[in-house]
Amino acid sequence: MATDTRTKRLLNWVDFRFPLTEVFERHLSKYPAPTNLNIWYLFGFLLIVVLAMQIVTGLWLMMNYTNSAEEAFSSVEYIMRDVEYGWLIRYMHAAGASAFFALIYLHMFRGMMYGSYQKPRELIWLGGWFTYLILMAEGFTGYVLPWGQMSFWAAQVIISLFSSIPVVGEDLATWIRGDYLVSGITLSRLFAFHVVLLPILLIAIVFFHILALHEIGSNNPDGIDVKKHLDEDGVPLDTKPFFPYDISHDIFALGVFLIIFCSVVFFFPTGGGYIIEYVNYEPANPLSTPAHIVPSWYYTPFYAMLRAVDFPLFGLTAKFLGFATMMAAVAIFAVLPWLDRSPVKSIKYKGIFSKTFLGIFVVSFFALCYLGMVPPTETKTLLSKIFTIGYFSYFLLMPIYTRIEKCKPVPERVAQV
Amino acid sequence: MQPNSPPNPIRRQLLTSITSLLGFVGVIFAAIPFLSAFKPSARAEAAGAPVKVNIGKLSQGELMTVEWRGMPVFVYKVSNEAQNVLSSDKNKLADPNSAQEQQPQYAKNDTRSRKEGIAVLKGVCTHLGCAPKFYPEAISQDFDPNWQGGFFCPCHGSKFDLAGRVYANVPAPTNLEVPPHYFESDSMLVIGSDGAS
Repeated sequence: MATDTRTKRLLNWVDFRFPLTEVFERHLSKYPAPTNLNIWYLFGFLLIVVLAMQIVTGLWLMMNYTNSAEEAFSSVEYIMRDVEYGWLIRYMHAAGASAFFALIYLHMFRGMMYGSYQKPRELIWLGGWFTYLILMAEGFTGYVLPWGQMSFWAAQVIISLFSSIPVVGEDLATWIRGDYLVSGITLSRLFAFHVVLLPILLIAIVFFHILALHEIGSNNPDGIDVKKHLDEDGVPLDTKPFFPYDISHDIFALGVFLIIFCSVVFFFPTGGGYIIEYVNYEPANPLSTPAHIVPSWYYTPFYAMLRAVDFPLFGLTAKFLGFATMMAAVAIFAVLPWLDRSPVKSIKYKGIFSKTFLGIFVVSFFALCYLGMVPPTETKTLLSKIFTIGYFSYFLLMPIYTRIEKCKPVPERVAQV
Repeated sequence: MQPNSPPNPIRRQLLTSITSLLGFVGVIFAAIPFLSAFKPSARAEAAGAPVKVNIGKLSQGELMTVEWRGMPVFVYKVSNEAQNVLSSDKNKLADPNSAQEQQPQYAKNDTRSRKEGIAVLKGVCTHLGCAPKFYPEAISQDFDPNWQGGFFCPCHGSKFDLAGRVYANVPAPTNLEVPPHYFESDSMLVIGSDGAS
């Protein structure tokens, strides 16, 4: 027992100088998790694991990658062929990007379903939304780095979007590129963003997101305010400590996730062209555009909206309106907490309109995801328009339908569900 | 030590405001070098120097792609048949008379060229910057059964005629740009400069 007391003494020494035990208990071991959390509450933990994995694999890739237009493509080939396990690290990083987006979409949908954005969790939601924005920028900048045909033309198209902004557009696009056309100069600045600026922001915002969550506490599938009923120590009665109850679920989920993730990395590393596109195995050629260019699957809903707006309006060009629609589709998530006027949080207790519109949103999202991947035809552009309206109706009509619908009463305690 | 005058909150507020304002101005000045470093560097500017192209070997209907400022420039010798199509079929075009400033003054004509028969066009789609593909023959295409010959952008389906004029109702808003150019001699084309004028 001598070692025991020695550890305790060391801990006391540290605790006197730094709130180690307090922080550990508050944010990990004793964090009160509602007892009715379900499978939708696993993705936050998995996202943290994927973030850590992206940082580690990214660091290793950076050791062998060269960020110049002349050598970027061959340095990726070098990683794939000559670096020991370089292929594995690159495939993990590429599949990790897709996993990151898949998980964040599920995590966001959980929030929308159970009203986790509602008062008093607005800042948690905003932090999460900002994480998503940075993740999109990370995905784009990372995609450019291998400097294949898809990398180059994706950069060209995305940066050209800014040129559609009236008056300042052209100069802004040139300023972002640092050249008159996407070039090695653009590549190295996107590289700097991808490996320094954006990861630092990402980690900072995730930290903020978790801190805000732990201040308020987790929501739950029934949207019950567990803080209304506390035990004599001030701990909500309808919660259990994170360790060992919640962490055991999370670890199990991690096992399942890793089985799926490793199957992809080892057996379908390019994901049928959805994780690494085949056209990107050709080096960038600024003089020739590939016949069919599409963004990664996680951007295609927004890409479909960009293409859906093909008419000028109020003296603004179709090009700018498409860009504005696409930006609005991402930005609108930020105001969700203020659009929802429902007295209840969870979809379980909301009325028929909320359920219908959430359904319309999900169908529209998947349909746009598909429509953004295929070449446009007249019918498909019309469908894109319809689903774009469906997507926005969920948000824009929310202040109306959440106010007029009839909700079910929310139980006081989890046991009464 | 006791202050010898009573605290003056208005004076305090004024000093705080002035200090904050000055700090703010300082931040703006400090931001200038960082923002300017994003602009095209001197080297990138220099790469915009004019390029010389020998077009002596270009045969009728042939297109060559020249790199200028890192972007493709199409140089195309218009055939006689195409010349006829250009002046006849105008109703499909959004800006057939080149009203928008997408060309130097000397190329503001029916063929959008400085020298009749030689088209010089930036190969950058005015929609989102892809390089349009060249389909010179007037034969039916997947993207247009009544194709009259011209350029088709594979990214978002914009269509241009052989003089780089944009079709109506396609994503691209304007005609392909004509870069500044002049002819040093009959077979020597210079792209990137208007020449002595």
